[in-house]
Amino acid sequence: MTHQPRSVADQAERSASTIQITLEINGVTRTLDIEPRVSLLDALREHLYLTGTKKGCNQGACGACTVLCNGERILSCLALAAQYEGLEITTIEGLSTTGELHPLQAEFMEQDGLQCGYCTPGQICSAISMVREFRNGLPSAVTRDVSEAAIEFSEEEIRERMSGNLCRCGAYVGIRAAILRTFQSEVMP
Amino acid sequence: MKDFTYSRARTSQEALTLVAARANAKFLGGGTNLVDLMRENIEQPDALIDVTRLASGISESPDGGISVGAEVRNSALANHPLVRQRYPMLSQAILFGASGQIRNMATVGGNIMQRTRCYYFYDEAAKCNKRNPGSGCDAIDGFNRIHAILGASEQCIATHPSDMCVALAALDATVRVQGPEGERTIPFNAFHCLPGDTPQVETVLGFHELITSIELSPLPFAKRSLYRKIRDRASYAFALLSIAAALEVENGKIRNARLALGGVAPKPWRAYEAEKVLLGAEVGMNTFRQAADAELSKARGYHHNNFKIELARRTIVSVLRELAQSGGPL
Repeated sequence: MTHQPRSVADQAERSASTIQITLEINGVTRTLDIEPRVSLLDALREHLYLTGTKKGCNQGACGACTVLCNGERILSCLALAAQYEGLEITTIEGLSTTGELHPLQAEFMEQDGLQCGYCTPGQICSAISMVREFRNGLPSAVTRDVSEAAIEFSEEEIRERMSGNLCRCGAYVGIRAAILRTFQSEVMP
Repeated sequence: MKDFTYSRARTSQEALTLVAARANAKFLGGGTNLVDLMRENIEQPDALIDVTRLASGISESPDGGISVGAEVRNSALANHPLVRQRYPMLSQAILFGASGQIRNMATVGGNIMQRTRCYYFYDEAAKCNKRNPGSGCDAIDGFNRIHAILGASEQCIATHPSDMCVALAALDATVRVQGPEGERTIPFNAFHCLPGDTPQVETVLGFHELITSIELSPLPFAKRSLYRKIRDRASYAFALLSIAAALEVENGKIRNARLALGGVAPKPWRAYEAEKVLLGAEVGMNTFRQAADAELSKARGYHHNNFKIELARRTIVSVLRELAQSGGPL
């Protein structure tokens, strides 16, 4: 692959538009000089070398790039990094600080919740926030009566709530089992 | 993606000043539609004014309705107790749209302003009067399974993709906007435009005007309302057809009815013709069928989407029956 050198004019134009932003990633403050058009996903992968977060479709269709923003799941491919200053971003690298796997990561291995593993970081971040949404009482499209407060943490609910994360290997049965086993006792004691 | 400048507004006044300072500036909400369109070069703003940090919340209005700030995230609106209890169709409509991740990002104002998902609009190599006025429409004779059967024109048959907006149409919401000339309100059902000869004009929102909130009037009978969505897969897909409906029945007669359709028209489609038939009529299958027929009398298919006419007819009847039965068997 040959590298095309940029013209001086082009470089000047580019550097003119570079801005400095500060992001909170996995509890660490990181300062970046980037163009406003850099997505949070590219900032993580290409600028901070946190490659655990994956780029799948880059258009909001697959969920591989899912990260947490103040604990809520978002798609980092549709997020401009500059928009996320001052908000707490957690990636797959930041789920555990003890050196041990997060319980859901361990259960994904136990339940065969993956084959190629490319969608896995997104699946795991998504599931952790999904359970938080559930605890906060958020209904879903399969909830029979949205006006009722109590919702059963069922396979049907998990299936619907995880539909934003695709798995081309089709490990869905294992993914559902891992989520159910990890969180069932916690969500429905 | 073309380069642009980014600025974050702290107040709506500041947002209006910032947007007026650049010829080709746009407001940025959650970015779930705009960032994607910019990556495809369909949208090419020179400047983005981030309005997501403006103070915004959900509150009960003095009249018993609710006021929803434009920067409220879709998931927050769907989960609000007042919405879940008083306007269940709105909560459901949001939950039937997109995915958990996108609902956490998308703002209410951005959802209203989202653009069509017509494949030809997204494809720079295709003819599209909405993207490139005067170039033609490749959808009319193309693969138009997802396209409109109501309100389309010879220039454009694209549909409005929002679920949330279908409920807002049924609920007769009001859009509050702020612009260089001050504040004004726009009835939700007059906010989006039909394509006619100018499919590039999608709303009546003025240049440099900002949506600040959505107002919902009290509507006691909306407690008994629902949203139903038909799509090609069970979750995370745009609507082929959707329906938001509310029904009030008293002594076997329909006292109040609200009906709106999604996925079948260039704008969230309030079914006024069907409502005319329903109001005051005897509750029952004959009435429901007549209502559906009245609404669909002007429907027109473009080959691949012909199925939507019969699908709409049957689903309108089915939804009305379900609502009527929720008060006891027919």
